[in-house]
Amino acid sequence: MDRTRILALVRKEARQLLRDPKTKRLMFGAPIIQLLMFGYAVTTDVNHVPTGIVDHDQTQQSRALADALTAGDYFRIVLRSDRSADLGRALDHGDILMGVDIPPGFASDLAAGRGARVQLILDGSNSNTATVAQGYASRIIQQFGLRQARATGLSLDRGVDLRTRAWFNPSLLSRVYNVPAVVGLLLLLMALLLTALSVVRERELGTLEQLMVSPVTPGELILGKTIPVAIITFIDLLLVVTLAVLWFHIPLRGSILALFLAAGLYILTALGLGLFISTISRTQQEAFMTMFLLLLPAIILSGFMYPIMTMPAFFQHLTLFNPVRWFLELVREVFLKGAGVRDILLPLAILAVMAAGVFGAAVARFRKTLG
Amino acid sequence: MSAAVEVRDLTRRFGGFTAVDRVSFEVGTGEIFGFLGPNGAGKTTTLKMLTGLLPPTSGEAVVAGVDVAQQALELRARIGYMSQKFSLYGDLTVDENLELFAGLYGVTGERFARRRAWALHMAGIEGQERRLTAELPLGWKQRLALGCAVLHEPPLLFLDEPTSGVDPMARRAFWDLIYELAAGGTTVLVSTHYMEEAEYCHRLLLMHRGRIIAQGRPAELRGLMAEPIYSFRTDHAPQAVEALQHAEGVREAALFGRDLHVVLDPERDEPERVRALLAAAGHAVHGIEQVEPSLEDVFVALVRREGGAVTT
Repeated sequence: MDRTRILALVRKEARQLLRDPKTKRLMFGAPIIQLLMFGYAVTTDVNHVPTGIVDHDQTQQSRALADALTAGDYFRIVLRSDRSADLGRALDHGDILMGVDIPPGFASDLAAGRGARVQLILDGSNSNTATVAQGYASRIIQQFGLRQARATGLSLDRGVDLRTRAWFNPSLLSRVYNVPAVVGLLLLLMALLLTALSVVRERELGTLEQLMVSPVTPGELILGKTIPVAIITFIDLLLVVTLAVLWFHIPLRGSILALFLAAGLYILTALGLGLFISTISRTQQEAFMTMFLLLLPAIILSGFMYPIMTMPAFFQHLTLFNPVRWFLELVREVFLKGAGVRDILLPLAILAVMAAGVFGAAVARFRKTLG
Repeated sequence: MSAAVEVRDLTRRFGGFTAVDRVSFEVGTGEIFGFLGPNGAGKTTTLKMLTGLLPPTSGEAVVAGVDVAQQALELRARIGYMSQKFSLYGDLTVDENLELFAGLYGVTGERFARRRAWALHMAGIEGQERRLTAELPLGWKQRLALGCAVLHEPPLLFLDEPTSGVDPMARRAFWDLIYELAAGGTTVLVSTHYMEEAEYCHRLLLMHRGRIIAQGRPAELRGLMAEPIYSFRTDHAPQAVEALQHAEGVREAALFGRDLHVVLDPERDEPERVRALLAAAGHAVHGIEQVEPSLEDVFVALVRREGGAVTT
């Protein structure tokens, strides 16, 4: 390893990266825009569910139930009708996601303490939303029932009063859960984009050959290509973390050192992966396709959108080889659970092994293609 | 003259295809040594083996005192290399390219300042230091690439078809630089498929299908051609070529400018007979002149002697 040579390569790479205004926008603008996009658009919170109500009872109680449903931000009544068939039609057309059917005699059943009935019809084609909406609606309706019972002097206390509390994200905002994960995806994307093409591009241009007849070793070349991109990706990390904390008010409860350590190892893994792709590809197109073929499973098997615990056992095992999975675990531990370095030693060690592995593979592969 | 390059039975196979077949030669210090042959003759593969870019399948090559197969890194510090693919970074400025090459070869401090000034002067691009290399005319780029390749003052310089695509004027200027370098003691190995360029070399290796078909000074190579060549002046040379296609005693008839070049069988060196043949076909001959064979003529004759067809 020769310092002059590495420095010459680092300077060259940095100059090339920073020269093109389009590349500069990609490196520093894209992560911010994507974080904002993910922060606002990717939300699994269910709000303003378009709802239809058929009230056959037309009493003060039945109207009070409708009011209770719309009191929060969860449901928005877009259809009122007195024929049950309208609910089915509106669901078919996708005008409403939930229908509430209040049968005749609702108020009198309540008053008599016979247990009144309300029907909920949900559009199950979006199972996530349906489940969440159903949860909200049943909770509201149960509370409404209890209130009514107390008001009429009936004792319905069954001895169990369930009170739930969600730790780490008390209001169960999906943004709090998603934004730190998006940081992981952005870093991966950026590191891969900036490295996957770098070696193969030089191979296509013929400049790689020129480098290889110089005394540069494969290790020096890889370092020369890695260091500038690592610095840029780290700046991106600072940008998106700042944005997450200051703009989205995501609590950063753990140690910043732990976060940077985790991110550093993760970035190295991603860079190594990108360089490996670049060294095994013969054309830039091939490198690009390989990158995308890898990116999709890496995201799906990361626990970003779909919880790992609900995957079939085989895929759960597969996620163990996915650096994204480990980083997401780390970043959520640090952001939300307030973890320090000592709490996350195992996933840190796993990422370190992965980083060393892909870098070793990239250098070995590089040496082989050139020797 | 001590040998800067010694090559014995160098062979490179790609699967079942033999790109370079038991090639042996020596190059003396300060020589300009050319590899001449059509595309696919094995010139580039030979150069790649000599620069350590490609390991030989068998045989050995000692370049600048270093065994190519054993000490690739050692070798790289002692050679300069410039390839047909333009190898500077277009998105870097002239100065940044020079800086990069200096860094790669450990040319630093006062030595870099001196070599930088030399390279800029040699390439004739003083005052252009801050321009992007991509914006420079091709001839300038080529000279800058040469300057970068010899920034570390290597005793050996490899040029793989260095002047493809540049105009004759720029090519001439480029060769002036190569002569200067050789005069300063640099050994130059250059591959080309331009016959006129081959004439500039001190010594040449003619390659065809991976094998050496002849080597020597350009004049010696021309002497290898036993067949006499005559230039015929007629009014309609293209039609006259047709008329001689299968004529007895005529090895080859080809257009050369507005004239007709005819290679005769040495046993039947009878130009007047050819004049009669042309006259019979209705082409009056205004003049006949015996001409020196060009390297192209030699190449074609040698390949034909080997019983192969020339594929260019």
